[in-house]
Amino acid sequence: MKSLKPMRFFSAIPFTVILGLVFSTGFAVPAVAQQDVPDIGPRLPVVVKPMESHIGNISGHAAEGKSDYRRYCAGCHGDYGDANGENAVWLDPKPRDFTIATFKCRSTLTGTLPTDEDLSNTIARGLTNSNMPIWNTFTKQQRANLVAYIKIFSPRWQTEKAGTPITIPPEPAVTIESISHGKALFTKLECWKCHGPHGEGDGPSAATLTDSKDNPIRPYNFALGKNDSRFKCGSTNRDIYTIFMTGLDGTPMPSFADVIQPNDAWDLVHFLRTLQVNRKGKENEVLSAAHGAIPPYVDKTPAPAPADTKPPGGGQ
Amino acid sequence: MRMWAQSHLCQKPQQGSSVLAAAFALFFLMLGASQSASAIPAFARKYGLRCSACHESWPMLNYFGQKFKDNGYQLMNDRDAPIWQNPGYWPVTFRMTPIWHRVSTNKVEVDANGGTSNAEAKITSSGFDLSGLDFHTGGTLEKDFSFYLLPSSDPTGAFHFETVMARLDNVGGSPWVNVKLGKFELDNLLSEKRILTLTGNGGIYQLYHFIPAGDGNIFGQMGDNQLGLEVLGHSANDRTRYSVALLSSNDGSVELPYGAESYSTFITGSQAFDAGKLGVQRLGFYVMAGEAPTSWLTNGGPNAAIAGSGGSNKGYSREGFVGQFYFGQHFDVDVVTQHGQDSVWFGQGYGDFIDGVATNNNTPGTALPAGARAPTWNGVLFEPHFVVSPQMILLGRYETIRMSQQSTPSNPSNLGNITTYTVGYRYNPFMTSRAGFAYHGEYNWFHQDGTSPISATNITSSELLFGIDFDF
Repeated sequence: MKSLKPMRFFSAIPFTVILGLVFSTGFAVPAVAQQDVPDIGPRLPVVVKPMESHIGNISGHAAEGKSDYRRYCAGCHGDYGDANGENAVWLDPKPRDFTIATFKCRSTLTGTLPTDEDLSNTIARGLTNSNMPIWNTFTKQQRANLVAYIKIFSPRWQTEKAGTPITIPPEPAVTIESISHGKALFTKLECWKCHGPHGEGDGPSAATLTDSKDNPIRPYNFALGKNDSRFKCGSTNRDIYTIFMTGLDGTPMPSFADVIQPNDAWDLVHFLRTLQVNRKGKENEVLSAAHGAIPPYVDKTPAPAPADTKPPGGGQ
Repeated sequence: MRMWAQSHLCQKPQQGSSVLAAAFALFFLMLGASQSASAIPAFARKYGLRCSACHESWPMLNYFGQKFKDNGYQLMNDRDAPIWQNPGYWPVTFRMTPIWHRVSTNKVEVDANGGTSNAEAKITSSGFDLSGLDFHTGGTLEKDFSFYLLPSSDPTGAFHFETVMARLDNVGGSPWVNVKLGKFELDNLLSEKRILTLTGNGGIYQLYHFIPAGDGNIFGQMGDNQLGLEVLGHSANDRTRYSVALLSSNDGSVELPYGAESYSTFITGSQAFDAGKLGVQRLGFYVMAGEAPTSWLTNGGPNAAIAGSGGSNKGYSREGFVGQFYFGQHFDVDVVTQHGQDSVWFGQGYGDFIDGVATNNNTPGTALPAGARAPTWNGVLFEPHFVVSPQMILLGRYETIRMSQQSTPSNPSNLGNITTYTVGYRYNPFMTSRAGFAYHGEYNWFHQDGTSPISATNITSSELLFGIDFDF
């Protein structure tokens, strides 16, 4: 019975490797393309510019993020970073379009670019109520490289610097007064028009809202929140405060930094927490102690004295 | 799931030139095939993620995929419950692999002298073939309630239930408590069910199935899905993991065919840590220990065992370390070690009864041969991967098992030792969240000392395989 000698088939090993290399080069999907794509004509290949990120003592490099971007991100965000990955059509909300470099979750003022740390945190945290997973399995270095990579898609990163993170003052104590004031602000600032009078995301404007790309968008439903509830940009009171003051760029949620004072923002945070009726927290404890009723807000701020009034008894 | 049938031994051998011609024909067939690739696309379809998000190369999980599995097939992103899915979504994936392969074994027992005696002959065969068919269905029934069902067939279409299990996830809101009941894969960090290789000997981890020559203990096969209850837990980012399983000592067989009250346990733990630019490294351990029967009640003769009547339980154990070491984005090595030990009764062939025949039955009064000892062994496997790109992986494996103590002292010290290596590649010409497709090439060489059927000399076999692995 004639058969091949085993040694002949050791030659199959280099053959197998060569076969693999042929496939890896000849069949490779064209790499990703760049952001300056003309309106008419074929896509140009993406050029991985030498973008960097700096997070703490870690530096990320775009070239090292390319492979992970293709592996984990491109399916939704697209090879070109334009939110046109093959899954994008099925997703709601739509994935972020990196070519316009507008980001919801920032520690910087509205209209400015986020810090590298903001982007890294978003990757690690994921985005609730969306298909963006929690990528906390990445190393910090991987995240830094990905942050650097997504910068190649927008020219803004070449011409602008990231904004300066806002200052967050210490959170004051939760009191029924602060909750009451928060409620008054919720009414005055017309938050209820989108988020609804009970924070259930069903305000009269809710159905009409769209993002900056005209995709329908829903306001956050606070009432669903439980102990493990997450917001788009975090889960802590500081995160909610930051959302007020920076806004969610690209969405109808504006920044209130020019409208309210820091203490007002904290009061609003305390009130919003009470809308999370199933959440066990200090805000709901305070509300329970007040028998579940939020008293009307009474402005106890002393009225400023008229500028032209002289002190009594003064003058001769 | 898939070990190729050894029916090739009966096939007509082919000459080398035709083998290479067929290989090249397959090569050009692949070149002409449409571009396209990807895991369990049912999950990918649900979440809109590419296969590469969860798989280093499908079906092998990466760290993110392991976390997804540990969370009960949930991304933990508010949309895990089926209520979020289109009602038409049906979480089913099938997988099958057409292949061409060439198999050669150097010492097969054959008739000689007109059937009056036996001899050993080398048999080499090649041809086109099929794998078995897997129907994967799994996912969430509700947030934190999940399931997995896998009817699987051999290449002839004979089905069995490879996996049937339900899970309670994040019990009490904690990722540290998850409960799994049914027939499931043991919590091996290097999963045999997600192995990247497909050949008969290369498609399994020898460490997970090793049985010393003449040993009757089939119950300690870590690579086989087992029936039982598992409690597992992990940190939020899956850096720290543990699992404890209580298993029936029946090697995953249904209807209690073996012992009436024989159980095993499988315990694992691991810790991962961030090593900067090298990546996330993981170190862990496993212990499988338990008891299994060596005696049977019989009916109809001394060897006609009655199912479920096993007794005289004897012990066994397998334990070792597992490491997953990354050296940057492109290169990683998995390492598994093992020290194994069987009771002397198993070592002398007591334990499994094959097809209802208890050849060795530890009935009262049975005595062991003088000098018989508990067999022990040590083994290690190294599996390096070179990830050329998310679409292309080159892989290798070296595995060796060495007996450290034979049950029968007069046996050669190396009887049953195994050495095997495998090299291969998988190339996914496309990556989507809809389907998986991979050009697969692999070569395995296998060697075992002293176990040929007639001369008790060394067995060597090899297999070359090319195929198209796909699932949808």
